[in-house]
Amino acid sequence: MPINYYLFLSLALFTIGMVGVLTRRNAIIIFMCIELMLNAVNLLLVAFSKMHYQAALEAGQLATQAGVEGQLFVFFIMVVAAAEVSVGLAIIVMMYRNVHSVDINFLNRLKH
Amino acid sequence: MQDIFQLAYWIPLLPLLGALINGLGRQYLNKTAAGLLGSGTVLGSFVLSLLIFFQVKAGHSEVVTYFNFIDVASLRIPFAFQLDALSSLFLLIITGVGFLIHVYSTAYMHEESSAQFARYFSYLNLFVFSMLLLVMGANYVILFMGWEGVGLCSYLLIGYWFKNPAYTAAANKAFIMNRIGDLAFLVALFWIITKTGVVSFQEFFNFVQQHQFTEKFSATDITVITVLFFIGATGKSAQLPLYTWLPDAMAGPTPVSALIHAATMVTAGIYLIARSNLLYSLAPHTLHLISWVGLLTALLAASIAVAQNDIKKVLAYSTVSQLGFMFLALGTGAYGAAVFHVMTHAFFKALLFLGSGSVIHAMGGEQDIRNMGGLSKKLRITYLTFLIGCIAIAGIPPFSGFFSKDAILLSVFLHSPLQYVVALFAALLTAFYMFRLLFLTFSGRFRGTQEQAHHVHESPLAMTLPLMVLAVLSIIGGWVGIPAVLVPDAEALSHFLSPVIPMQSHIVSHETEYALMALSTGLVVAMVGAAWMRYRNYQPGKPAPAFIQLLENKWYVDELYQKLIVRPLALLAAWLRTVVEAKGIDGLVNGVGRAVQYSARQLRFVQSGQVGLYVLLMVLSMALLLIVQFFIRK
Repeated sequence: MPINYYLFLSLALFTIGMVGVLTRRNAIIIFMCIELMLNAVNLLLVAFSKMHYQAALEAGQLATQAGVEGQLFVFFIMVVAAAEVSVGLAIIVMMYRNVHSVDINFLNRLKH
Repeated sequence: MQDIFQLAYWIPLLPLLGALINGLGRQYLNKTAAGLLGSGTVLGSFVLSLLIFFQVKAGHSEVVTYFNFIDVASLRIPFAFQLDALSSLFLLIITGVGFLIHVYSTAYMHEESSAQFARYFSYLNLFVFSMLLLVMGANYVILFMGWEGVGLCSYLLIGYWFKNPAYTAAANKAFIMNRIGDLAFLVALFWIITKTGVVSFQEFFNFVQQHQFTEKFSATDITVITVLFFIGATGKSAQLPLYTWLPDAMAGPTPVSALIHAATMVTAGIYLIARSNLLYSLAPHTLHLISWVGLLTALLAASIAVAQNDIKKVLAYSTVSQLGFMFLALGTGAYGAAVFHVMTHAFFKALLFLGSGSVIHAMGGEQDIRNMGGLSKKLRITYLTFLIGCIAIAGIPPFSGFFSKDAILLSVFLHSPLQYVVALFAALLTAFYMFRLLFLTFSGRFRGTQEQAHHVHESPLAMTLPLMVLAVLSIIGGWVGIPAVLVPDAEALSHFLSPVIPMQSHIVSHETEYALMALSTGLVVAMVGAAWMRYRNYQPGKPAPAFIQLLENKWYVDELYQKLIVRPLALLAAWLRTVVEAKGIDGLVNGVGRAVQYSARQLRFVQSGQVGLYVLLMVLSMALLLIVQFFIRK
């Protein structure tokens, strides 16, 4: 499959995520959108990694490791995202306990 | 015996130790201890200087290097002393006359409290140290250290009675005027370092001899350096246009005037030029300038001295005038004659100042010679020694001043008859004002108050003894330079100085030389007679004619400087303070503060607390960054 498809897909995912972050007020949905953006990037990394590997093979390098960093990077991002989810959800739970809402505009005391 | 050169560092070190002990321990030392310490250290230096002098006289000379003072990149400035004919002669003058003046001071300053007394000796010793550093230094940097040191001590001692605002003003004036000259000196020093990379006299003169008038050291370099050094010398040695500080410097105690402002410090400029004579001989234009500046200073100061009524002011202007003569000698290439006059002048001018101090002491602080008169009966020793000093400075043979002044006049005569006539006139004025001073002070009727008449007494031995020694020196001091036309094997001084200052061979007939001597002597005696006729029985009260009033007011030079330089500078400073400082700089600083406050007030509305807005701004900023990164930066 050409790389373009992956690019368009991940761009679409990323844009959906970004628009979601910017427009929604529900903290959990914003959270989900952030995950969407992260995974859009993951998808891109894997796609490029694959592309490089394929290119190396076609150049005749049979034992190549080209593009392996991209795969590794994806694992790291997943781990970090998981950690982030646990912390972020904990914050949202605390927020709900305090103000009985997950609306982010409710939390405008940052300016004080 | 040449090991004595290795001990040379003790010569400046002793007075420095004296200065430190006296200065730091002034609360604990009594007057006897402070006086002994002050005089003793200088006496020690004098003994060492004598030993070195005899070594040098036997034909040795040496540069003693102690350590590297500055060692940066290719520039190496050693801390070294040069012991040769010129410096050993100056060493003798400084420590010898300095010692006598220290002894004199122990009596003259006796009314000060013991802490002030020790402070005085501390300054005086520090001065001797700096002056010794100045003449012993083997390079221009060490010389400059001494040069600044003597300027500082001069300032401290002029303002010794600092509670009097006029005295501190005089001290400031001396310091600032000196700084103007020092700036020129520094620029000359930097010029030398940039051009040659060496500062020691020997290396520098070798360089000059090798590269003179080539690309490496052109005629312009020589002229600029010599002129700048000369400007430095005009500041230190009180020449036109920077001479006005010296008469004001008389605010200091009289022995200080004798030591610093007559015998030693003010001759530093002559030393500098005599030391660099090799360089100056290559710069005829500078020499021409020096001779005219010296001549005009000699004439101007002598004319002012004629109408002054303060005993010390007369001597101060006389000093300026005599220094002018020395520069005139330098300008005509007679470096040896200038150094000779430095020596004899140190003797008779120190004598005259100390004598005036004795008079002031006797009169209970009175300095106006119109209120003196008839003191010769009460102050026998002071009178006789003062008379000897006057004869010496007037230039009557066989007193010392005659020989040195004759050497200068002869050189000027060979150089330019016009300058000779003016110089002779200045010399005649010298004789006139000195004997006017003598007659007004010592002859006629006493014009002071009853109380003063009762108080008048001869000074103690500690004061009269230096007077007598200096009087003897004023008589015989000139015999080392008797011209060859009078006695065979003469001009011992020029022979002695010949390793540093090349001998000059005068091509002049004996008749001319005799005629010049007879002319100057005859006219001087006539001037003494005129002064005698006029001031033998002086009666105060007659208003002076306009021209004399002009002289009395010193040609209004101080007022001129006040109008032309001080006032505009003060106005400029006031403008800078009220406009540039208050409006410009303060405005800028306050403006920055106000701008920050204003922008902060406006920007705080951005911080609404709406997380969505923050995120939006963040995304927009990132997009902006991307745009900049990819589209604009390329």
